[in-house]
Amino acid sequence: MNIWQKLTDKPWLAQPEGMDPALLQSPEPYWPERIALRFFLVTASVVFSLFVMTLLGRSQLPDFHALAGEPWLPLSEPRQLWWNSAILLLSSISMHLGLVFARRSRLHQAMLATACSLLLMLLFLLAQYLVWQQLAFAGFGFTSNPASNYFYLLTAVHGVHLLGGIVAACWVLWYFWQQQAASHIISKLSLSVTYSHFMLVVWLLLFALLTSPASTIDTLAALCGFSGGRYD
Amino acid sequence: MTASADIAHQEHSNSFLTKYVWSQDHKVIAIQYGVTAIMVGVVALVLSALMRLQLGFPDQFSFINPASYLQFVTMHGMIMVVYLLTALLLGGFGNYLIPLMLGARDMVFPYLNMLSYWTYLLSVLVLMASFFVPGGPTGAGWTLYPPQAILPGTPGSEMGILMMLVSLGIFIVAFTMGGLNYVCTVLQARARGMTLMRMPLTIWGIFVATIMGLLAFPALLVSAIMMFLDSVAGTSFFMPAIMSLGEQLDHGGGSPILFQHLFWFFGHPEVYIVALPAFGMVSDVLATHARKNIFGYRMMVWAIVIIGGLSFVVWAHHMYVSGMNPYFGFFFATTTLIIAVPTALKVYNWILTLWRGNIHLTVPMLFAIGFIFTFVHGGLSGLFLGNVVIDLPLSDTYFVVGHFHMVMGVSPIMVLFAAIYHWFPKITGRMLHTGMGKFHFWATFVGTYLVFLPMHYLGFLGVPRRYFAMGGTDFIPASAQSLNASITVSALVIAVVQLVFIYNVIWSLRHGKAAGHNPWQATTLEWQTPDTPPKHGNWGPSEPVVYRWAYDYSVPGARDDFIPQNVPDSEVVVTDKLAFAKAGT
Amino acid sequence: MAITLIILLLIAGSVIFHFTSVWWFTPLASHWSAIDTTINITIWITGVVFIAVNLFLAYAIYRYRYKAGARADYQPENKKLEGWLLLVTSIGIAAMLAPGLYVWGQFVSPPADATVVEAVGQQWHWRFRLPGADGQLGKADVRASSELNPLGLDPNDPAGMDDLIIDSHELVLELNKPVKVLLRSNDVLHNFAVPQFRVKMDLVPGTVSYVWFIPTVVGQFDILCEELCGIGHFAMRGRVLVKESDDYQQWLAQQQSYRQYQARLAGDPEFGKAHYQVCASCHGAQGEGNQALHAPALAGQSGWYLKRQLRAYQQGLRGNAEGDVFGAQMIAMAQLVRDEQAINHLLAYIGSFNPNLVQAEPGNLHNGQRLYRNCSYCHGRNGEGIFAMNAPMLHSLEPWYLTRQLDYFKRQIRGNHPQDFYGAQMSLMAQSLHSEQDIADVVAYINSLQPKAGLTQGDSNDSER
Repeated sequence: MNIWQKLTDKPWLAQPEGMDPALLQSPEPYWPERIALRFFLVTASVVFSLFVMTLLGRSQLPDFHALAGEPWLPLSEPRQLWWNSAILLLSSISMHLGLVFARRSRLHQAMLATACSLLLMLLFLLAQYLVWQQLAFAGFGFTSNPASNYFYLLTAVHGVHLLGGIVAACWVLWYFWQQQAASHIISKLSLSVTYSHFMLVVWLLLFALLTSPASTIDTLAALCGFSGGRYD
Repeated sequence: MTASADIAHQEHSNSFLTKYVWSQDHKVIAIQYGVTAIMVGVVALVLSALMRLQLGFPDQFSFINPASYLQFVTMHGMIMVVYLLTALLLGGFGNYLIPLMLGARDMVFPYLNMLSYWTYLLSVLVLMASFFVPGGPTGAGWTLYPPQAILPGTPGSEMGILMMLVSLGIFIVAFTMGGLNYVCTVLQARARGMTLMRMPLTIWGIFVATIMGLLAFPALLVSAIMMFLDSVAGTSFFMPAIMSLGEQLDHGGGSPILFQHLFWFFGHPEVYIVALPAFGMVSDVLATHARKNIFGYRMMVWAIVIIGGLSFVVWAHHMYVSGMNPYFGFFFATTTLIIAVPTALKVYNWILTLWRGNIHLTVPMLFAIGFIFTFVHGGLSGLFLGNVVIDLPLSDTYFVVGHFHMVMGVSPIMVLFAAIYHWFPKITGRMLHTGMGKFHFWATFVGTYLVFLPMHYLGFLGVPRRYFAMGGTDFIPASAQSLNASITVSALVIAVVQLVFIYNVIWSLRHGKAAGHNPWQATTLEWQTPDTPPKHGNWGPSEPVVYRWAYDYSVPGARDDFIPQNVPDSEVVVTDKLAFAKAGT
Repeated sequence: MAITLIILLLIAGSVIFHFTSVWWFTPLASHWSAIDTTINITIWITGVVFIAVNLFLAYAIYRYRYKAGARADYQPENKKLEGWLLLVTSIGIAAMLAPGLYVWGQFVSPPADATVVEAVGQQWHWRFRLPGADGQLGKADVRASSELNPLGLDPNDPAGMDDLIIDSHELVLELNKPVKVLLRSNDVLHNFAVPQFRVKMDLVPGTVSYVWFIPTVVGQFDILCEELCGIGHFAMRGRVLVKESDDYQQWLAQQQSYRQYQARLAGDPEFGKAHYQVCASCHGAQGEGNQALHAPALAGQSGWYLKRQLRAYQQGLRGNAEGDVFGAQMIAMAQLVRDEQAINHLLAYIGSFNPNLVQAEPGNLHNGQRLYRNCSYCHGRNGEGIFAMNAPMLHSLEPWYLTRQLDYFKRQIRGNHPQDFYGAQMSLMAQSLHSEQDIADVVAYINSLQPKAGLTQGDSNDSER
């Protein structure tokens, strides 16, 4: 039954004895963690989208200068960030492999892959921190201009969310260590995989946005209805 | 279901601490939420009394000065909207009713649920602590608009505002934990046979409000983080180049209006996060005590969903005179007035539920009727403010104060009282005292009307809100002060009357009439538990099975005027088979 | 059945209250009668709905109250009825929305020939600017704002040179001429609202917003700030005077342009010394004040404040009130220096005095500090006075003088003249000092803030930062 039918159902109609479809149909699979995760991802997406929306709005005020687009700007050739993206990508792949292994009951490899993914996530955070330091060293500190405000802010918010993913991965490893039932591990691991994929996608979008030249940001801002901060 | 296994496991450890303090039972957590929210609400009530003292009798009270007045205004508003109403409706009643009305044994994540409460408590403690820091709590108005919120010249700009932002952040974490729980419980833990359209409207209201909260609170979080950085780290997200008290600041380039967009993207849905659970609960109270099915159940559900959706595209009607691009006014005025249509439909359906009913004027029913009256009034005055051009003279005047207190102060609180009188017997096993309850209702209902109706007229006159004193303002006649004094007297009387309610609760806990399982003869599942109050796990050995919708009141042909949801047709005592069969078509 | 009765009473009461209320819109003084029309349409529609819905509610409760043996109807829904209700509601909504949007369309498009006026808000004051002969306002930026240039005009923009600077809370407008008021803030959010004109709009720092209207009634109208802007929010008042064309032109001719404002000649203390001889007899040779003659200390007080007070005495804004015996004496004396240049010389001479060390009166400093908190926002953390806040230096004023002035403000002996905006503001603030003890404590605390002896005047009276 699709959602439309569900919501147009006339619930007061009498159902013949033993023929009530509500009692006949098998219940939906019970996996509240997955639903919770989905809702959480929606919530987190709203957080990131709103940050990005404010960035686009802020970008149309005169003192905003994108961090990329001109040769002297620090993110015009973001080699370091490409490396970081590769690390996060590998982490995601690794965890996905872990899930594949686990589904094939190769729990040992699955655990190794998960651990590997966990390490890569930590490495990513470390590498992001190094980028911060390089940027600050290059004269683009946290408060030096609005674009770098946003760079630090967005990467930090992403990092905090990723920390959540790291905690989840630790949890899964703990289940491996405890040698819990494979089905249990698989269900937790698959949630962890979903989350790390989500964080990867978020990062790639942020990466693209933060290294965009002013023209791209202006176009995006115009698409979102921001057209200049001043009017009179 | 795995939940039942968990419950069985937990039943063993029931020392006092685990049973009443570190409890994972949704009912205990609900009571914890409720008691905390009501306690913090009493603080907010006292603050409002202090404000009214200043407005009614200016300069008579040495402890109220322009700074403390603004602090009272701010803390009263924020506590009432977020820490009382949101927490009590969702954390309190949501927690209590979702599993019981859906036939579940508990929330799907009991541990997370417990964590949610303790996080909420932490946010309340941080907020209360801001009363005691140097400079006191923030006095920036509950909207916390920058730049003034974080600049000297506004009380509490040193520590108070930061504690407010931190407290809100913690609250949002608490809400997210609770909210995920409510949503997942509604989607996954319904009893067998409980289709979505068999859910009582209470659950619909709470369910949609929770989803809205999960989408709207992030906006508050984002704005809180950015304002915190502006204040502490010297960024300029919301701070343009400005001076402060004659000094040039280092900020530059930011946009204060950006904050307002974020704030109201949260703030407007927040109105409905409070209103929708109230809509739902009042529907159930009305149907039960009128002994009649809720009229137009499907329309009521759809209206809840539509209102929830539309409430995300009306936020800038709070900003018509904010200096934003004035062309936005066309769009937001239109969406705002459109949202009135489903809302009006809900009002019609409540009254049509009473029509041809068999109305028992119990205390909860009185409060529910009181709600309809105040909500009609508040809803109609909203049509003034939503219509962009009428907002020009009325914005930021007492009309606004009167409107939003009527529509999201008095109305939801009427429902909260209706709900407390209605569900108290289930929560405690005892009835609240009817005489005291009626006195409480009459004084509160008439008193609040005497407070907020005149405020609309002060607003027509043009009296601005958030003014510590009027001073020499030519257009305000001296009689406005008499009106203000009379408002203050009514407000103080109402505040004192609430003591009767609190006494009633305490008295009835011990001496109230024993309630039995189903004192109101209601159909919904929470009244069908084997024990009252329900024990941990709610349902004893076997979970309920649902055979019908939540509103089988006065079904023709049946002997009783109610058929509980868990009674199959075969067990209904039918006096007129033909009529009974016909009713189901 | 009490509930039915009470609902009927509340409906009747609301209707009676509505029709007998003396609290109603102020008489319209602008061309925005369309706004009033829209409001009336909305009042009628919502009023009818309010009465009809609640009457039906009351009737339903009465008609279907509980009766033993009665049984409610069973009617899950009635699509036709709900459809009709939806339709009627939608029509009602459209009837309110359509005129609203139409009038809003007028509000967002000011006429091209509207006179442009700029209103600048700053905690908790108004200033205004009018274009000069070129009809154009020059560029302005808060960063350029200073004592000589309070509105922050761009000194390099020729268009701004002839702009008229109105360093007052009072704006004069011409009758029946459309005016577009550009709104700009130097610090936080403010709001420009004139109830009789029916329009209001926030001032947002970093951007310029506007309202427009045509004043249609001669008279004076309060400007209120209606966006919370800190503790002085309620005291941030201005005034619009609407005048006939001739009177308006006369007023306009008296206003100073930015160029003139900047070119104010610095005074010469040598010339000032001669002028000061008259003052010295009461205020002392070094401006140290004399309690026996009720003359306050002048040394250390900033020039802009002394000048404003001299002008206030001359124009009868101060010292005219009943009860202000000592102020009345000063009125006569103030007439002796009327010339702008003479005043500048005089002030330059007074500015050369070193502030004297004041003997503080005893008081509860702890309580004084608590009370002074609200004062500090304008008068400065150390009572040094802040030009931008229009607040004078306090710390080196004698306790007897401070006490008397606070008392005067509180009793509205000072600050009650309709033109004395700054005094009126202080009068509002002084109301929160509730007792003589409070005044004594806050005065004691203020005097405890004075810089210790040995500092030069320049260090202690630093209002330009």
